[in-house]
Amino acid sequence: MASVALSEAEKVYIVHGVQEDLRVDGRGCEDYRCVEVETDVVSNTSGSARVKLGHTDILVGVKAEMGTPKLEKPNEGYLEFFVDCSANATPEFEGRGGDDLGTEIANTLYRIFNNKSSVDLKSLCISPREHCWILYVDVLLLECGGNLFDAISIAVKAALFNTRIPKVRVLEDEEGSKDIELSDDPYDCIRLSVENVPCIVTLCKIGYRHVVDATLQEEACSLASLLVSVTSKGVVTCMRKVGKGSLDPESIFEMMEGSSARLAAPLGHFPAAPYQLVTD
Amino acid sequence: MAMEMRLPVPRKPVSESLGRETKKHLVVPGDTITTDTGFMRGHGTYMGEEKLIASVAGPVERVNKLICVKALKTRYNGEVGDIVVGRITEVQQKRWKVETNSRLDSVLLLSSMNLPGGELRRRSAEDELAMRGFLQEGDLISAEVQAVFSDGAVSLHTRSLKYGKLGQGVLVQVPPSLVKRQKTHFHDLPCGASVILGNNGFIWIYPTPEHKEEDAGGFIANLEPVSLADREVISRLRNCIVSLVTQRMLLYDTSILYCYEASLPHQIKDILKPEVMEEIVMETRQRLLEQEG
Repeated sequence: MASVALSEAEKVYIVHGVQEDLRVDGRGCEDYRCVEVETDVVSNTSGSARVKLGHTDILVGVKAEMGTPKLEKPNEGYLEFFVDCSANATPEFEGRGGDDLGTEIANTLYRIFNNKSSVDLKSLCISPREHCWILYVDVLLLECGGNLFDAISIAVKAALFNTRIPKVRVLEDEEGSKDIELSDDPYDCIRLSVENVPCIVTLCKIGYRHVVDATLQEEACSLASLLVSVTSKGVVTCMRKVGKGSLDPESIFEMMEGSSARLAAPLGHFPAAPYQLVTD
Repeated sequence: MAMEMRLPVPRKPVSESLGRETKKHLVVPGDTITTDTGFMRGHGTYMGEEKLIASVAGPVERVNKLICVKALKTRYNGEVGDIVVGRITEVQQKRWKVETNSRLDSVLLLSSMNLPGGELRRRSAEDELAMRGFLQEGDLISAEVQAVFSDGAVSLHTRSLKYGKLGQGVLVQVPPSLVKRQKTHFHDLPCGASVILGNNGFIWIYPTPEHKEEDAGGFIANLEPVSLADREVISRLRNCIVSLVTQRMLLYDTSILYCYEASLPHQIKDILKPEVMEEIVMETRQRLLEQEG
């Protein structure tokens, strides 16, 4: 993760501030920064989104390709995640420096989507055992300003919401060979329901309290964080602890009960209505 | 805990809200400024194919026969006498390397540093070994530019008791071109906090110390918790400075103070909302114009 050097006195200032519920930019421990979400930014993808959360900038593109279903799940399509930490974000990501972080984020995304209810995979099936839709979700980190996982999960959700998968018809000939016909109309497509797609809430432990949406400076003061992936209904799909510090099981319980429950509803309800940010 | 959500709006370019009467001539690298050969070329331009071409992006400034382009976003270029706030990146044999947002790391020689207690003596081998005791990697210092080397690297000194290691506070990084050059860069604002406006774009906001510690020279960091009232003032100042920077206004003690006063009716965390930012900066701009005119 991109890190910033801080002096001891600055860290002490940040930690004491968090204890008193007044962070450096005036937010409370459970306040998010302004999030800007823009969909349909990349024209040659099936769906795309760009999210700006403070100094963090994420671009996600979704491409729908036809392929064969997995052997153990012949009636479903699937999602493939790839995360690219570009060197634009921070010089540490130059060359192969960003690969570790990229695989960590991709594995987290696989885990949070690894359940039956997040995305309706059965709707991605065209003909069982033969054809299905594979959604390749590519995440590009443009700028790293703290709280990567939250921003990435919001961007993935927005991009999946924006994805348009063309409608296909399978025609069967007399000989039995199948022909796939794509409809000509570009607006004739199926959209995914992203109601149950989870969002990640990162809770960083600083001192004795935990904060949500930490900046790079606050992340440098915290030794351990808890990543909780939660849907709008409050269902937790995945939980992960990152960092070299330790977390007391009591405090984990408190963090989950308190923050994630309160943040699940507002975070999950977007994008409720179809909208796009229009730029000039 | 509620999250505010709003419908999409088109992005507004900053120049619309400025409302300037005269339109500035903006150029990008490679643009032709003029084909008239009677002009002298200044910074940010070069002569190519009988015409004057810009090498940086920014507005064209003309003083009689001199044409130069002032770059919008540059690294800090050191001048002798500037006050800078820097962060120690390396501890080397007889010097520290300091990061000051310039093209090369700045240098702080051991001989240019004040020893604790304000002593004046020749630096010995023990001092060299104890360097890390004075300043470590990650520490913030305020210093003055002593000299500029031929490659553009800057040599700093802290030969006064007002410079030295910085204690608790908040650092804000802004483009160096937005910091106005003034007589003094250390300000004790009446709202209850102090500010160091580094010429290199590093702005340090810290709680005003109750009494001036003459003997410490700034090496013993005060790690006591800062009171909540002081914290609120510091956070508000930080958000005000960030709003002034997004609207590209020059930073100096008066503009920061007016912006602080204009922001008082709002909550500290609301200042970062785009419309509140615009509102308070507009008010600040008006007050500054009234004060001048």
